[in-house]
Amino acid sequence: MSNSLLWTPLAFGLVGLFLPRRAAGWWATAGAAVTLGIAIALLADFDSAAGLQHTVDVEWIPGLGVDYSLGVDGLNVFLLLLTALLWTAGTAFAAFREPERPGTFFLMMLLAETATLGAFLAQDLLLFVLFFDLMLVPFYFLFGAWGTDRPDGKTASAATLKMIVYTLIGSLLMLVAAIATGIIAADGGDITFSIAELARQPLGDGSQRWIFWFFAAAFLVKMPAFLLHGWMPDAYRAAPLPVLAVFSGVLAKVGAYGFLRVVLPLFPDATVEFQEVVLVIALASILYGSAMAFTQTNVRLVAGYSSVAQLGFITAGIFALRPDGADGAVLQMVNHGLVVAPLFVIVALLAERSGSEDLREMGGMALRAPVLAALFLIVTLATLAMPGSANFVGEFFILNGLFGAKIAYAFVAAIGVALAAFYALRLYQRTMHNRKPEGLVSREIGWRDGVVLVPLVACIVGLAFYPQLVLERTDRAVEASVAATADSGSTGRKPLYISENRPIGGEEP
Amino acid sequence: MSFVAPEVDYAGLSPVIALTVSVCVVLLSAVFRPTERWAPGLTLVALATTAGLLIWRWGESADLVTGALRIDELAISISLVVLLMAAACVLLSLREPAAAQVGSGEYHALLLGSVLGMVLLAQAQNLVSFFVGLETLSIPLYILCASNLRRERSLESGLKYLIVGSLGSATLLYGMAFLYGGSGSTDFAGIAAGIGTESLLGDPLILIGIALVAVGLAFKTSIAPFHQWTPDVYEGAPTPVTAFMAVATKAAAFAVFIRFFDVALASQADDWQPALAVLAAATIVIGNVGALGQRSLKRLLGYSGVAQAGYILGGLVVASEAGVSALVFYLAGYAFMNLAAFAVVVARERETAFGDDIEAVRGLGAERPALAWPLTISMLGLAGLPATVGFIGKLYLIEALVEGDYTWLAVFIAVGTMISLAYYLRVVAAMWMRPDPAATATPAIAGASPEADPIDPEAGRRFYLVLPAALAAAATVFFGVIPQPLVELAEHAGSSLF
Repeated sequence: MSNSLLWTPLAFGLVGLFLPRRAAGWWATAGAAVTLGIAIALLADFDSAAGLQHTVDVEWIPGLGVDYSLGVDGLNVFLLLLTALLWTAGTAFAAFREPERPGTFFLMMLLAETATLGAFLAQDLLLFVLFFDLMLVPFYFLFGAWGTDRPDGKTASAATLKMIVYTLIGSLLMLVAAIATGIIAADGGDITFSIAELARQPLGDGSQRWIFWFFAAAFLVKMPAFLLHGWMPDAYRAAPLPVLAVFSGVLAKVGAYGFLRVVLPLFPDATVEFQEVVLVIALASILYGSAMAFTQTNVRLVAGYSSVAQLGFITAGIFALRPDGADGAVLQMVNHGLVVAPLFVIVALLAERSGSEDLREMGGMALRAPVLAALFLIVTLATLAMPGSANFVGEFFILNGLFGAKIAYAFVAAIGVALAAFYALRLYQRTMHNRKPEGLVSREIGWRDGVVLVPLVACIVGLAFYPQLVLERTDRAVEASVAATADSGSTGRKPLYISENRPIGGEEP
Repeated sequence: MSFVAPEVDYAGLSPVIALTVSVCVVLLSAVFRPTERWAPGLTLVALATTAGLLIWRWGESADLVTGALRIDELAISISLVVLLMAAACVLLSLREPAAAQVGSGEYHALLLGSVLGMVLLAQAQNLVSFFVGLETLSIPLYILCASNLRRERSLESGLKYLIVGSLGSATLLYGMAFLYGGSGSTDFAGIAAGIGTESLLGDPLILIGIALVAVGLAFKTSIAPFHQWTPDVYEGAPTPVTAFMAVATKAAAFAVFIRFFDVALASQADDWQPALAVLAAATIVIGNVGALGQRSLKRLLGYSGVAQAGYILGGLVVASEAGVSALVFYLAGYAFMNLAAFAVVVARERETAFGDDIEAVRGLGAERPALAWPLTISMLGLAGLPATVGFIGKLYLIEALVEGDYTWLAVFIAVGTMISLAYYLRVVAAMWMRPDPAATATPAIAGASPEADPIDPEAGRRFYLVLPAALAAAATVFFGVIPQPLVELAEHAGSSLF
């Protein structure tokens, strides 16, 4: 089933190229919906007691030791579902808005879905890197060719180039690091890049150190984390909103997922060693993201910076290196995706009503649009992790883990919870309440947008009632991922430790 | 006293013989007007025949002509890359003004002569056949570069290439003299043996020889700091010739580079490995930085070729089977990616008044998707993005480098790739995205006149331009998704040396 999940979107996208212009969008939405169906079937069939399931393992490039190996476990099952769900919503939203050159647009959209699903499904390190890099290609076209140029002359293509260069800096170094991991672990024997195999034989200390940072750089840029977020404001302002909804909802999570899937199990010693460095970056992201989200006037950037803060939370949860923190992080990944995607859909609706994306030119929109206001309110309350929402549960677990691990960091992170209320409520108030400016049309949400928005909001509400749905399925896999780091340090090395320190290059001892 | 007739392995020599005969046939076809029109067809037949003969000899490794040449899987795979590019060059040269000006027969005979030199060079394992092969490939190319007689740039390009190329050849010859003087043999195997028995390891005589030969080859493969001619010559030469030269010369020169360094000088590896690694790193940086500001697509591809030569050199540096395999794989992939790009550049050069300026491809995505897609795939491939053969090639090279304990060079490849994105994606952006208002179009071609470069508004639809572009782009994606066939070919090539 993994195979059909992975390739259905691309197959639909390629066929869509040959369809008439008007049909392309609906055909693509159908493709995304079929994928969603497969993802739901995958979840229904999921056995939380078993490990990796629905595995596919075929030799791909035997000469280089690369396998085409996919699998579903507790770490990725909900992220796959989230991906399929948000893509269905995003594709439908775009289909209503009829972009130019629809054949190519929807091909890129669905190629992006395949690449993202591939990154989540991949159980081979190089296959993961391949899909991780591949994700960028369709988004490059989507942002650059269908994005909006800014009035100050900064073009969408320039903003996109910046994004690509930033993110690829990380991923190309990750390619080198991934290959090095395989070769050093093989130590002259048969090379394998299977993540499970590699996790059984952690590398030597010295190699782990530099390889850890090469991976961490790729993942932190993708999130984006504080100091590595330079591409985010320009790219977010240029991107078309339906695309941005899936981009912000899913792609940032690939980075966080990468930490859980690759970094913690494969480089446990380095993870423990650099735990505090990453925690500092995470906390800085929370504080900086919250502060920026509170001061920005562009609605996209409010949502964008709030993501920086949320991803900071998720990173902090993972690097608590305790099962409860990581559990919370996985739940929060799903939550954040479910919250931020409708947020961008709402941003698009707001912009259509006010003719601008500036907060100062908005207000009073709740007046004639109570349904839209209600939907927005639910999203807002979820964003600020109101008790009762699944986000509250997620943040609670994260803070719980952090308290157990590093109590000082937990105090700082707790401030972030409060800050979220500031920017989320400000966004809601400034757009929905306040005085209605001239030229703004307060219009109720139409059925077309409702079809997209209501199911997403329903998912938020559903998950708020029953977060256990996620937690009980992910728990086992998350524990396994974090367990590797628990053995590191205090009790000495595991017996399977094989490879000695190897220098980065040059001389062979 | 009896005379023993030398035994000639005609089967092994058959590709070389076929090419030599076809050079004469194509040249003679130019004598009569009616037959001159057959020259492109005859050339294609000759190339196909040679390719057939090479594939027939696949799997063989034999010394030919008392060890001056060696036909093995490395030679055959490199020769096939050369033949592919030559066939593409013939197609791209249809209706090319340059071919008409020097005469179609002569043009194609020169092309075949150059191919002959490359096939010889790929097989050379003796200093004499090495040099003869190198000159046989170079001299026709000097003329071909200058074949667009009405364009000043083309003449300049030919002259520049002649001067720089001769300097490179002279340096090479000088180095060969040192090596012969030291080891007392012209055979690669003899040189290796001579260095071993005469205890010449680390001897200054040999080291100077190695250095000079490396410099000579660096000129041919456009490795920094001996690359300065590359962008100028690429820009000035007729575009089909540039397409051929960019890949085929590099392939043949790297073949002999491998044979010479990994066979003849293998015992000296500790001396030349670090030096070549530094050259590779410098080439990667200089090539990629040089390409950043280019507006001319041919110059851009020229600098990109310099950078790619740096990546390819990495495969040589590690002096291992995996390294050679990675090198051959990368060269094959590079051939497809470059071919797609150059076919589109040729089409747009003939179709618009912008020449090879980046303006020529502005808005191509909407105007001519059949050309835009191949160029897009080619650029993404050269930039090493996944699902293209360029990604697998880089993966292969990096794996070989890390295995050979040259991880720092692998990091340079990664860094170079990042820089390269800036210019490859600029071309993609020009095709698919809205223009930057700051950059204005200037429809002018330096050194050209309308008579020299007549505009053919239908060029973008002609099958002999669209088909090579589409096929090469398809191959780029195909071998990016299913690389195993090409990997196996490269592994055979690598194992034939070690």
